[in-house]
Amino acid sequence: MGTYVRRRILQTVPLIIGISLVVFGIIQAAPGGPEGSLLGTGRFVDPQVILSYRHRLGVDQPIPIQYVRWLGAAVSGDLGVSFATTRPVVNLIVERLPATLELMASSFVFAAIIAIALGIYSALRQYTTLDVVATGVSFLGIAMPVFWFGLILQLVFSVKLGLLPVAGTETVGATSLADHLKHLILPAFVLSFRNVAGWSRYLRSSLIGVSAADYLRTARAKGLTERRVIGVHAVGNALIPLVSIMALNVADLFSGAVITETVFAWPGIGRLFVQAMFARDYPVLMGILLMGSFTVIVFNLLADIMYGVLDPRIRYE
Amino acid sequence: MSEAAPGSTANIWRGLRKHRIALLSLVILVGMIAACFAAPLVAPYAFDAIDLASLRHSPTFTHWMGTDELGRDVWTRMLYGGRVSILIGLLAALVGTGLGTLIGSVAGFYGRWVDNALMRVTDVAYAIPTLPLLILLSSYSGAAVFSMVVIIGGLSWMATARVVRSEVLSIKEMAYVVAARGMGATNWTLVVRHIIPNAMGPLLVGATLGVGNAIMIESSLSFLGLGVQPPTPTWGNMLMDSQATMASKPWLTIFPGLAILVVVLAINFLGDGLRDALDPRATSPVRR
Repeated sequence: MGTYVRRRILQTVPLIIGISLVVFGIIQAAPGGPEGSLLGTGRFVDPQVILSYRHRLGVDQPIPIQYVRWLGAAVSGDLGVSFATTRPVVNLIVERLPATLELMASSFVFAAIIAIALGIYSALRQYTTLDVVATGVSFLGIAMPVFWFGLILQLVFSVKLGLLPVAGTETVGATSLADHLKHLILPAFVLSFRNVAGWSRYLRSSLIGVSAADYLRTARAKGLTERRVIGVHAVGNALIPLVSIMALNVADLFSGAVITETVFAWPGIGRLFVQAMFARDYPVLMGILLMGSFTVIVFNLLADIMYGVLDPRIRYE
Repeated sequence: MSEAAPGSTANIWRGLRKHRIALLSLVILVGMIAACFAAPLVAPYAFDAIDLASLRHSPTFTHWMGTDELGRDVWTRMLYGGRVSILIGLLAALVGTGLGTLIGSVAGFYGRWVDNALMRVTDVAYAIPTLPLLILLSSYSGAAVFSMVVIIGGLSWMATARVVRSEVLSIKEMAYVVAARGMGATNWTLVVRHIIPNAMGPLLVGATLGVGNAIMIESSLSFLGLGVQPPTPTWGNMLMDSQATMASKPWLTIFPGLAILVVVLAINFLGDGLRDALDPRATSPVRR
């Protein structure tokens, strides 16, 4: 196991280098070059000024040297300075991180609880009304554009019913924990919807898949209660593949957060990315892309390792 | 049991006919596509015709989906918008599937370092979060239909490449492929005659779901103001325009989103039906 984990971690090194090359290349391909946005467009700028700008940013160096410098700095935790705010990119990201983590974590926990409950129910009571409704809603959840779902919920719960705030994280002048949680409900729900749909369907078919397994017959034969047979033996085994899928989907949450945060004006990394895109703030965009890819790699690794930890039948040579 | 190969048209059709929802979805899709592509014939107005007498009017008999902020008929714009959205979806799925087939077969046939290099590239493409990357690239390119197709298609080939590669690996040592090669078949012939028909199931399902996915991505990008630009309507940019007046003019938000929902839902059902129809294992009663 130890050697396997070490080898898997080593395998991610070329992957990270590949990603850094792509991210660097994409920013280099920006129209007008990465420094173009600083100079603005459509007005005359003294060539001398351009030269000094380029020198200050280091973009007058050959591209391979720029890449090595950038990567070296990134490895030591320096992602450069934001064009728009002239503040270190790392600080901007760290400032926005708690909001994104809060949103992602609450939507993850919510999705896990609802999906597991719904999945178990649907598998045990196949083709009952609730199972059929859950299947239908799952199909809707997967086919619905995230932002549109957000807009419709805003329309119903905020505008028409006035139950929940439209957007933001707190009501100005009325800051309290309850107020903050009220602001969290809609975005977290929107972000979790797709996962509730996917995970509950997965658990349902996974449970139906193990329902004929020999170990369940054994468990019943040795006189365990049905509650224990289902709750421990069946669900326990059906959950193993789901846990890996959940870990993989954490990475997708990052893409979902970009849209959800924009719809609900939630001040996290996703919104920072969209704002930086409009401001053509390339160091920030590079930093977030790099960080996002890194998160994906870490959770893929976790998914692999967890699979081995949870299922003792899996042996790594 | 029929003699036809699992990927043959006759077999796909037979399987699909059993799958009622998939068949219904196909009918809905064909209807919507036909209506959208015949928009100039079907639509009651021109897509940029302005009716100053009824700005932002709620649905009436003359404008049964209402009018937008410039007095343009929403139903007309839905048809024209659908044309662009569906076109982008179809072409992007085509580009993604084609690219994936190409990369997968090259990796599978040439093996060794070519395979290794291409699969590492695939890993890298998988690891970078897709939506932020798409946002960045479309902010560069300006938003023509062509560039949307290239960007979305260019970032959705990875799954196809893996499927095609494993298909190539599993059949390239088989006797009939070796025999075909001995008779002078080129790699290209092998791909077209043997690999693609064998991988038809996953390819077709992947391409179908890819259309829905591309439509969703286009609408998300349009929502951020990065998609196809007005006055050309798409479902995505109609939604973006509607956001500011959502509270007072909800029909401007509801209809385009509903159109995306229906199309993607129908595509997903069709994909499911195709998967069942094409999977040889699904012909035996696996479900009790």
